Amino acid sequence: MNKQMTAADVVAQLEDGMTIGIGGWGPRRKPMALVREILRSDIKDLTIVSYGGADVGMLCAAGKVKKVVFAFVSLDFIPLEPYFRKARQSGSIEVMEIDEGMMLLGLRAAAWGVPYIPTEVGLGTDIVTKNPDIKVVDSPYDDKEWVAMPALKLDVSLIHADRADDRGVCQIAGPDHYMDDWFARAADKTFVSCDEMVDSQYFHDPAQARLVHWERSQTTGVVEIAGGAHPTSCSPAYGFDVPHFKAYTGSAKEETGFQGYLDTFLGANEEEYQQNVGGLDAIRAIELPTY
Amino acid sequence: MTVASDYTLAELCIVAASKAFANDGEVLATGIGVIPRLAASLAMKTSNPDLMMTDSEAWMLSEPNPIGKRGDDHVQANESWMGFSRIFDNVWSGRRHAMLGPTQIDKYGQTNTSALGGTYEAPKVMMLGARGFPGNSISHPNSFFVPSHNTRVFMEGECDFVSSIGYNPERLPKGHSLDDIDIRLIVTDLCVMDFGGPDHQVRLVSLHPGITAAQVQENTAYPVFVEGDIPTTEAPTLEQLAIIAEMDPHNQRAYQIKDNPAGERG
Repeated sequence: MNKQMTAADVVAQLEDGMTIGIGGWGPRRKPMALVREILRSDIKDLTIVSYGGADVGMLCAAGKVKKVVFAFVSLDFIPLEPYFRKARQSGSIEVMEIDEGMMLLGLRAAAWGVPYIPTEVGLGTDIVTKNPDIKVVDSPYDDKEWVAMPALKLDVSLIHADRADDRGVCQIAGPDHYMDDWFARAADKTFVSCDEMVDSQYFHDPAQARLVHWERSQTTGVVEIAGGAHPTSCSPAYGFDVPHFKAYTGSAKEETGFQGYLDTFLGANEEEYQQNVGGLDAIRAIELPTY
Repeated sequence: MTVASDYTLAELCIVAASKAFANDGEVLATGIGVIPRLAASLAMKTSNPDLMMTDSEAWMLSEPNPIGKRGDDHVQANESWMGFSRIFDNVWSGRRHAMLGPTQIDKYGQTNTSALGGTYEAPKVMMLGARGFPGNSISHPNSFFVPSHNTRVFMEGECDFVSSIGYNPERLPKGHSLDDIDIRLIVTDLCVMDFGGPDHQVRLVSLHPGITAAQVQENTAYPVFVEGDIPTTEAPTLEQLAIIAEMDPHNQRAYQIKDNPAGERG
């Protein structure tokens, strides 16, 4: 089964009002080329589930978002994501604010087909008082109460991987795959952009196959977009683009705002975007961050 | 062990904060921010070599990494993989002690890292979000570092958004005891405190050189329990300062407390 497609094919499968999970973590390995393709579309009213960074900020700024399910939205070295802040502070989006680990539990519940997973995480905090949809339940086994973290069922997940073959075997070669395997499992459809398409033979090497974190049956489509995580990192291939993120956050303070950022960088397609940010070689030359 | 006569307030705070980890045994120490991270690193290299630490990315280390850009000859001492999903397995097992700097800490030890002012639907200031703090606070010990001790941090009333559980009986989950919650040290630019007062009231543990108990109370919007003679926070030793310098070769500690004051004030 050949699952190769284009970014435009992916967005053609999205609909207004969908719940979309986005892999990666803050400024790390986000499927930004697919996010940009959404920015170029007229899709709206999305619910976004994400360990959020500029993916969430950009979609909020572009008016694509109805609700965000989040534990943080951050660019790490710039702790506060400017456009997410604007959206929150203006009250223009709904939120479901949860603990980082609760998001993992919600994705697992969705993947496993159970309505919730019990946890003590969130007890005693405003996670349970500000989220009427998150219930506290009694246990059949003890006298304590527990948070029933509901399944976070996703219509679609978007993920960026290092390599994939045309059947949807996806490799994450960086040190951490974050919760991307659970985003893939929690969604009806998962679309993966990758830096490089490879022959299936590539995975015959056990060291390469070891870096495949979910089954190809969980992958609906793959898109080859070298540099597609920019401006986020795709370690070990390239780091996140600090000057670009500074320009992005700076644009939030300028009168032209996010539209100014889009006018400067977005372009009509990914080729134009990459020209606007200095080209693919420049992306590949960005050094890895030191934590 | 020679006590230093010349040290900065940041270095005093690192040494004071490192004591939080001294008796932890074999747990994952997570210091979020420069001073907490250096405190955990110092503890791992001195008082508690059994501590575990990560590289803040995906590896568990046998030796803490120095902060910031490292030379090409630096070999990171990995001992296992510790990606973010596995961090939760460790957090929920309780074998961890985290130190962080919340924006608000109320009289119950509840903290806020999320939203200030306005309404929750449209806060005046959106901050980081709840992050992992609801899970940390109910699962394992936590300590705090506050670089500017004032009544905006140690504030009147309850936090605008409670992102970590504290000793508030009104919010205590059914079947739990307040003793299940374990807030350890609060290290600030003025003093060291804990929640060891009557009914888990915040208590003064030591005063930094040149600071009085009255100053601490003035800068805390709720009563601080003060009993007997309060000791002065111990000055760093030369050995501790050398390890701190080795762990922070770019002197990032100098930028963590406003104007980088000397350790001895007044």
